[in-house]
Amino acid sequence: MQSEQPEPSNQPRPASDAEDQPVAARLVAAQHPPLTQKKRRIGERLIELGIYSVSATSIIFIFLIFLFVFREASPIFFGGADGGKKDTAVATAPATGPTTPPIISNTTADDTAELESEQYNPEAEALPTPQPTASNPPPATPQDDAERARKIVGEGYPILEHESPVNVSYLAYDNWQPNSEHPRYGIYPIIVGTLKTTIVAMLFAVPLAILAAMYTAFFAPKWIRETLKPAIELLAGIPSVVLGFFCLMTVASVVQTLFGLDFRLNSIVGGIGLGLAVIPIVYTICDDALRAVPGSLREASLAVGASEWQTAYRVMLPAATPGIFAAILLGIGRAFGETMIALMATGNAGTFSWSFTEPVRTFAATIGAEMGEVVFGSPHYQVLFFLGVLLFIFSFIINFITEFYVKERLIKKFRGA
Amino acid sequence: MKKEEITKIHTNNLSLYYGDKQALKDISMAMYANKVTAFIGPSGCGKSTFIRSLNRMNDLIEGVRITGEVKIEDVNIYAPEVSVVNLRKRVGMVFQKSNPFPKSIYENIAYGPRINGITDKAQLDDIVEQSLKGAALWNESKDRLAASALSLSGGQQQRLCIARAIAVNPDILLMDEPCSALDPISTSKVEELILELKENYTIVIVTHSMQQAARVSDYTAFFYVGELIEFGPTRDIFTNPKKKQTEDYITGRFG
Repeated sequence: MQSEQPEPSNQPRPASDAEDQPVAARLVAAQHPPLTQKKRRIGERLIELGIYSVSATSIIFIFLIFLFVFREASPIFFGGADGGKKDTAVATAPATGPTTPPIISNTTADDTAELESEQYNPEAEALPTPQPTASNPPPATPQDDAERARKIVGEGYPILEHESPVNVSYLAYDNWQPNSEHPRYGIYPIIVGTLKTTIVAMLFAVPLAILAAMYTAFFAPKWIRETLKPAIELLAGIPSVVLGFFCLMTVASVVQTLFGLDFRLNSIVGGIGLGLAVIPIVYTICDDALRAVPGSLREASLAVGASEWQTAYRVMLPAATPGIFAAILLGIGRAFGETMIALMATGNAGTFSWSFTEPVRTFAATIGAEMGEVVFGSPHYQVLFFLGVLLFIFSFIINFITEFYVKERLIKKFRGA
Repeated sequence: MKKEEITKIHTNNLSLYYGDKQALKDISMAMYANKVTAFIGPSGCGKSTFIRSLNRMNDLIEGVRITGEVKIEDVNIYAPEVSVVNLRKRVGMVFQKSNPFPKSIYENIAYGPRINGITDKAQLDDIVEQSLKGAALWNESKDRLAASALSLSGGQQQRLCIARAIAVNPDILLMDEPCSALDPISTSKVEELILELKENYTIVIVTHSMQQAARVSDYTAFFYVGELIEFGPTRDIFTNPKKKQTEDYITGRFG
């Protein structure tokens, strides 16, 4: 017994616990590891760590994306660090008061501003160009520009918008003209345009998708269901640029001749295009939701003498409400964020209008079309990121609606308290 | 068998196939008005299939083919001119597993009448009350008609399903193992209910419990692998079975 004790001590392993025990105890310990000792396999531990880090990474990525988008747009919310400096610089330069009043007065002097811009002026044309090149020393440029602008247009004329700091008042215009002589980053037309195309898309897609889902879930013979479902789902695989092209060339002509519209491309055409992209999403989820409703409910309804249609409409559809709403909201999200179709089929006119027959511009299309060419750090750049923030916020709102309104109220309404 | 019984349902050489597999073989029997007829037999013997063919619920299953006829008061329900919807209004059904709609208790009962075009609130209220009383559920649920049917206990849910079935005022009530998922207390309540309902309805019940068949039924049919082995008054079947198979099943020697 005693002679064995030196052996473990010669081993390089730090087996200090084992040394103190007699051999018999150690043998027992070898057969039954102590309850307090956690034995973990290294492979399992690595896999667990991998899973954990992947999930953490995805969450961090989402957070970082939001942080990045928000940071780039932050001057619009807070006046920003750069924006603040510009603010003071410009405010001292004209000595006519704070910067915001001139901008507001500029909206009232809209007509004169547009008149001025119509006159071709090579010097004024050259004005925006120094700004991108000299964007590295921000404090000097706006002041210079403001000086020159005053020289060109006269003492009383308010400062051009792109020289003033970025702030929310930048966005309060009825048109979107980011590259103009007098840039306007009016987001109203873009918000309204996005809403209009989304509304048209949902009005077009949701009834079709839900009815198609009801047909395949309850009415269709097996062979039709097995052909129709993959066929509709295949629509989701069509590249959106193809759908956009189809709308641009075909749907636009059909809609124009059908309704006798002035504009080929408008929110109706764009909405139909987005609808085509939305249908397969809404359809698939609705079909799954409807088919997940227990067949016993269908039997119960039929057994009291309801027809197939009454059963589908009054029992199965309410029972599938959560799934159907999830489908619709996902569809809204898609319609909202779809870029290529909107870019190709809506006309991209940044003018404010409530009419559905006029060309419109959407958030996603604006970002998609302009982000590639915008000057880094410029007001235009920041405004584009601000649009991205708005997209985020809208999708958050939609998610909140799902969580709190749909889940609680609607389900209560359809299923009883 | 007393002679004054009125035949309500009469099947004539009824055979049913699931694809190639024959599930019912030439079944001919009668079910009498205002009597309880129980179907007994081991699992898979076709008794559920048979009861479902009495209100054409098997139509929902793909690949089902039926030959022979089922006559309800001399109308063959498989004749092409028969309206399945109207048939099911007359032949109500309660299923093995309670299946209330995910709606309020009130809406569960009012669903059938609404389907039949009753929109008057007072009339609906009356139907709901009568049906719940008929299903012995009124006292437990009258204060919470707006609550979800899913908040009821299992036994209450099954009685709600019975109330829902009788709300459309059928004259035949099919019950496919209505007590199989219920505890003894709920079972005895449903059994009491069946005996009460017998006054107004013709009841056909499938059951796995021989005791239940003996307690509630007036007539009993014993099925085995798709065939009707023996049919007669319950007392005769249980005390004096004519066929060896029936006797073996009832005495528990197989099944």
